[in-house]
Formats: sequence, structure tokens, C-alpha cells
Amino acid sequence: MLDMTRGETPGPSHLAVSGLQAWYGESHILHGVDFDVRPGELVTLLGRNGAGKTTTLKSIIGLVRKRAGSVKVLGAQTISLAPERIARLGVALCPEERGIFASLTVKENLFLPPVVAPGKGLAIERILTLFPNLAERMGSGGSKLSGGEQQMLAIARILRTGARFLMLDEPSEGLAPVIIQQIGATIRELKKEGFTILMVEQNFRFAASIADRFLVMEHGKIIDGFAAADLEANMDKLHDYLGV
Amino acid sequence: MRPLYPRARGDDESLLAMNALAHITTQQLGQQLLIGLINGAFYALLSLGLAVIFGMLSIVNFAHGAFFMVGAFCAVFMLKVLGLGYWWALVFAPLAVGLLGAVTERLFIRHIAGLDVLYGLLLTFGLALVMQGVFQSQFGSSAMSYPVPPALQGPLNLGFMILPIYRVWVVVFSAVVCLLVWLAIERTKIGALLRAATENPSLVRAFGVDVPSMITLTYAFGVALAALAGVLAAPILGVQPQMGANIIAVVFAVVVVGGMGSILGSVITGFTLGLLEGLTKVFYPEASNIVVFVIMAVVLLVRPAGLFGRAA
Amino acid sequence: MSEEAPAGKAILVASAILVAALIVAPFFAYPPFVMQALCFALFACAFNLLIGYVGLLSLGHAMFFGMGAYVCAHIAKAWGLPAEVALLGGAGVAATLGLLSGALAIRSVGIYFAMITVALSQLVYFFCVQAPFTHGEDGIQSVPTVSLIPGLDLTRPMVLYAYVCAIFLAAFFLVHRTVNSPFGELMKAIRDNEMRAVSLGYRAHQYKLAAFTLSAALAGLAGALKVLVEQNASLSDVDFSTSGGVVLMTLVGGMGTLFGPIVGALVVMGMQTYLAEYGQWVTVIQGIVFVAVVLLFRRGIVGELAHWGGWSL
Repeated sequence: MLDMTRGETPGPSHLAVSGLQAWYGESHILHGVDFDVRPGELVTLLGRNGAGKTTTLKSIIGLVRKRAGSVKVLGAQTISLAPERIARLGVALCPEERGIFASLTVKENLFLPPVVAPGKGLAIERILTLFPNLAERMGSGGSKLSGGEQQMLAIARILRTGARFLMLDEPSEGLAPVIIQQIGATIRELKKEGFTILMVEQNFRFAASIADRFLVMEHGKIIDGFAAADLEANMDKLHDYLGV
Repeated sequence: MRPLYPRARGDDESLLAMNALAHITTQQLGQQLLIGLINGAFYALLSLGLAVIFGMLSIVNFAHGAFFMVGAFCAVFMLKVLGLGYWWALVFAPLAVGLLGAVTERLFIRHIAGLDVLYGLLLTFGLALVMQGVFQSQFGSSAMSYPVPPALQGPLNLGFMILPIYRVWVVVFSAVVCLLVWLAIERTKIGALLRAATENPSLVRAFGVDVPSMITLTYAFGVALAALAGVLAAPILGVQPQMGANIIAVVFAVVVVGGMGSILGSVITGFTLGLLEGLTKVFYPEASNIVVFVIMAVVLLVRPAGLFGRAA
Repeated sequence: MSEEAPAGKAILVASAILVAALIVAPFFAYPPFVMQALCFALFACAFNLLIGYVGLLSLGHAMFFGMGAYVCAHIAKAWGLPAEVALLGGAGVAATLGLLSGALAIRSVGIYFAMITVALSQLVYFFCVQAPFTHGEDGIQSVPTVSLIPGLDLTRPMVLYAYVCAIFLAAFFLVHRTVNSPFGELMKAIRDNEMRAVSLGYRAHQYKLAAFTLSAALAGLAGALKVLVEQNASLSDVDFSTSGGVVLMTLVGGMGTLFGPIVGALVVMGMQTYLAEYGQWVTVIQGIVFVAVVLLFRRGIVGELAHWGGWSL
């Protein structure tokens, strides 16, 4: 059986996870996660609630204090690094709850994440072209935005930093279909620009329109994987895994 | 704890002697209100520092009064040992105390970060005891005096009233500092970082910002403000080891009334309560020591979370 | 802050040791010192009731101790009433003060509560400075100690000693019964998860207020008892260092343990006596001990002992 945890495009991977374990206090969440993400790929993690998808993303960026195994981000071993060091390697997180700061304006939110790779980030004009709604709302408080606008802001602000490896946690959650389409279109643009993206999604239809590969997680491990092109062929298996 | 006002102070005594309402002139009222505003200035600077520290670290810095005291002693030390006057002290005492604060945060406060909030209070309480004890053993309990700088000595004649220049300076300078701090927090990039790290520190770290160092600097800044207040207070209150313990209870009351979530709230409450304290001294002097606490009690009956604050 | 196993053999053994120690103490230590220690031990037990079992940190507990002391002294000296009346009066007034200040402070949580207790105790301090009956800086001196019970001559040291021990043990037993009663279990439930207790229908505020009042009453009793032992009441009984002292005693001994406050009181008072020659450095050392305990040694002496043995103390 083809090992779909490894991508097919040539060159060193942007992310190489091997035997990753993670704990929240006493709870052992990740039991040995193995996969990699190749440059320019968009890999989607699927799985039921509690499978460990968000924990995986958080462990990669270093927000889960107790972790073991090997995580190589853009070539560097990060398993015992602090989050601020890992981010500076060129990886950025767009969290599930979006994390828009209510005590900051939209503009302040947008400019908050520091530039980690000078020259590699998107220019502000380009970002505002990608997200025209934000241009109008620059002076508003962060909490005044709608769900869709918050999601766009959460993605927009990490594009400025120069991070080329993005982690998106459930970007379509709770959004209206028309907004989801917009977000999908934007992510496709980012792929064209060469960003590498690791995404967690429940909505696999949405993911199918943009992903190169799917990985399925259960009980803190990757249990299956297939190319996006093979999604229809694997639909029954997927329904089993996700219980939908 | 000894009361904030030492028993015998020349101008206050003569004012008290002329207490009957009919005899209160604009001059006397103005003098008392100014004294009230001065105390208000100290309350505002101290509660500002407390609020900034509480926002970032989620601890109530009981040692705040002690750093206020150390600031005043720095001024005395700089004058008596280094021969450097008031204007040097205004700059270097806060810097020195800020450094001390940074060391304190690194060595001690960092380690109780994840624990129950009460341990923060207990730890800083213990630190305050140590600091006060060290100074008490070296300098005893009597107050040392610190002179008003020559440039600020003498009276300011406003026509309808005459006020000591130094006292006006204290109020104006404190108000300016508070305003500048508020502007810095609300309008600058660094302020945005501070506000964001206060709201969601781990996400800010995930963006590549060294939040642990920000925390150290915030604590250092907060106590530096306390030290600044100490230098301003030195010529007026005298310098003695208990001066921190004397003032911290009132500052706590100010913070409870104003609510710890709001920077602006703390400052306004500080000045206002100081003013009310001054007013009380004119009409009902015996109550002036406790009026702030009484106001706190009344506010609590109506608004348990304070006037401006978010719930702790 | 600590988990409790049901009251068991460990407590019985410890209680027996306590009683035995009290009987034997006069032969090893200066009885007035032991009596003083018992007063502060009771004060610490009262404080511990609040922080250890209800989760409320009061940084101004001296207001109850000191008011209890002043009222007791006034009743015994100015009104000439017997010791028992004075003790009850002191405890009663402290309880009333507790009820009033508690009603104000209880609605605010954690940190705010602690700060409010600081402010309120400062208010009480200023009141004591100015109120005529306290005689300000001089305090109330030479308080007579006459018992209601015929034949009980409290001016004889060993009689007073037995009397103080008896009252202390009775109060300590009261604390023990309270902690292990349904009321005590409810307090611990509220401490651990107030929202849950409220959602289950318990009126948390009322129970917290009751605990606060009881704690105030016991602290007042401790202050009143101190007046019997030392025959005076003064401003230092209501001041900030007394509030700080009882926190230190409880921390060192072990918060949330039954016997912790007693051990803590002994240790801290011993420290103060032993180090008295160093004057102001005692404050520094106390502060250092404070910091060290909070950072490294949070369970306190009895807490560590209980943890090591797996006992409930």
C-alpha cells in the first residue's frame, strides 16, 4: 500500500513529523503522529472531534508544552523550542477560534504579527486586494467584525509576516456558503503563490476543492491517507472514520 | 500601619485651626484641594502601575508600595552619596527600580505564573516585607527629609490664590505622565502588542513575539512608575521605610473602586479620590484618613466589580 | 488547595499528641509563651478556616483579632465584668464586624476580596487610633482577669494556663467539627468549584458569609484570650503586621490542614523570640521565609508531613 503520509513532490519537506506525542497535563492526546508536508502542498487533516487535529497544529507551533518525538519545520528540529522561536522559522498559525484581538482595531490586528522573513511576505496592498472587505473596516474594533471578516483578517495578518508555511485550523467553520467560497478562492490564490499549507477541516467537500492530500486522524494517530483525486473512491471509508 | 498624614505639619495645622465653614477662604480651599490632588497624583501613578501589571501578569503586586518607597530612597541616596539632585533622580530612580523589578520578576514572580492567583498576592506580600524590613533595619523608622529642588521652590501667584510651585508641578507632571502612558498603550504599536499579549499571550507567542520578555519589561515598567511617584513624593512626604505600607491600602481601595481592567479608570479614580480626600480634610478632618475606604465600601454595595472594571 | 481524605486515625493521633503536649509544656517552656502561642494558634486556625477551606484570602484579619482584644479589655476593665463575659463580648463584636464587612466583601471574588480586606482593616485601624475607648497610642493596660466561676483564680499562672488551654481546645474542636460537617463539605465544594455549587442550588454567598462570620468570631476570641494572657490591648493588635503575621503562620504550618496553623504559630513565634535580638531583621527573615514557602514549600510543614504519610491532617 502506498504510504500517503509522505507527499510526492520532490525536494526536502517543509514539515516532517515523526513519532509526535503530546500531553495536556495528564491527558495523553497524541500517540505518535507521522507525516510530512512537501513544499507548495496543501494537506488536510480530517478526523472526528477529539482525534487530535488541533493538538497536532498546536504542537507543531510549540503551544503544547509537553511533547516528544521529532518535528522538523523547514529543516529545523523544533521539538523543544519555544513558540516564538518556531514562528520565526517561517511558520504561522491561524487558530480555530480565529483569535482576533478585541482590544485592537482591525488595522492593529493586521499589523500585529511581526515580520519573520523580510521580503517574503505579501505587500499590504496585495493583501487588501485579496481581502477587500478588510480595507473598509480598518478602523473598527476587532470584535465588531462578522465571522467571515474575522476569518479573513486571521488569514490576512499572517500573510504579511513572510511565513511561507501556513497552518489553518477549520477556516470554514461557522461561515455562510458564499463566504466559504471566497475563502476557498483566496486559499487557491495563496497556493498559486507557492505557500505551503497544512489545514484542519471538518468540511471535506470544501477541502476537496483545494487540497492535494488528505490525512485521517483518530485517537492521536494518522490512520489513513489518500490523494485528493481519490476522494470519491474513498468516500465510504471516510464516512466510517468520521461517523457521518 | 501609621496614617498617611504625619501628625504635625505647619500649614495643615493652621488650616485646621480655621475650620469653621464661614472662615474658609478660596485660598484655604485651594491649598487643601491641591494637597488632595497631590495625593490623587500618587494614587493615580501607583494604581496605573498596578493596573498595567495586573493586565499582563494577572497578579496584584503587593510589593508596589515597597517599590514606591525604594524610589524615594534612591532619590535620597543619589543626593547624599552621589551628589546628584532631583532631576537626575527623576530619570535614574525609576530606571534603577525598573531594573530591580525586572530581576524580581525573573527570579521570583515567573515561578508562580500558572498557580492560583492568590499565590501572586502572597509572594509579592512577602517580597514587600523583605524590602521594607531591609530598609527599616538600615534606616530605622524615622523620616529622612529631601529638599524641594531650587528650580521649583517658592510660591506661584495666581491672583486669587497662592500655591507652592512644587505642589503644582507634582500634579501637572503626574497628569502628563499618566496621559503619555495611556496614549502609549492605546495608540502605539508597542501598546498594541501589550494589549494583545494581555488578551491572548499564547497566540502572540505563536506569532513570534517574545512574550516572556514582554512580561518582565511590563513588570519593570509598572514598578518604575511607582518609583517615579516615590521621587515626586520625597520632598512632600519625607522618606521612610513604612511609606509604602502606608499608601498601599489606599491604592488598593482606589483600584477596587476604579476596577483593575481599565487604565484610564484607575487614573481618573486616583485623582478623584485624592481630591475628595482633600475636600474632606477641609470640612471634616477626622474622617479624611478613611474617606477613601468609606467610598470604596459604598461603591462595592452598588457595583461589586468597581466603576470601570471587568470582573477579576 | 489540598485534597482531603475523610477524617481518620491520623487526626485522632495528632489530637492526642496535642493534648499531651499541652499538659507537658509548662515543664519545658515558659507558660506565658505557650499561652501566647495558643492565642495566635487560634487566630491562625480562624484565618485558615477561611483560606484553607473556603478559599478566601483575608489580608486584614487583624481587624477581628484587634477588635476582639479591645472590646474584651474594655469590658473587663472599664465595665468591670468577669472574664467570660469579656471573652464572649470580644468574640461577639468581632462576629458582628465580620458579618458587616463580609457582606461587603463576599460578593467580590479572589483578588478583589483580598484587597477589600486590606482596605477595611485599615479603616478599622484608623477607627481604633481615634476612638476614645481604645486610648489610642497607649492602649488599654492592666486589664483585670476575674472569672465568673467561683474559686477559679485566674491570677494564678497555672490556673490561667489550664483555662486558656481549655478554651483553645474547645475552639479547636469547634473548627474540626465545622470542617468535617456537611457545612464544611459544602464550603470545600464551593471553594473548589463555586459555579458548580451554585448551579446545584446552593446559595454560595450565604454560606461564605457564614464561614466568614465564624472565622471573624474565632479571631476575635483569640484576641480576647490574648488580653487575658497579657492583660493589655494595643494598636499593634489591629495593625498590618499582625495581619501579615497570621498569614505567615498559616502558610508555614500548612494551609487547609487542621494542625498546620498550630505548628505555624509555634514556629513563627519561636522565630520571633529566638531572633528578637536582631531587631528589624526579623521582618526581613519573615519575608524571606514567606517567599521561600510560596515558591518552594507551598504545602507547609503539616501539609508536607500529611502528603508524605498519606494522612489527612
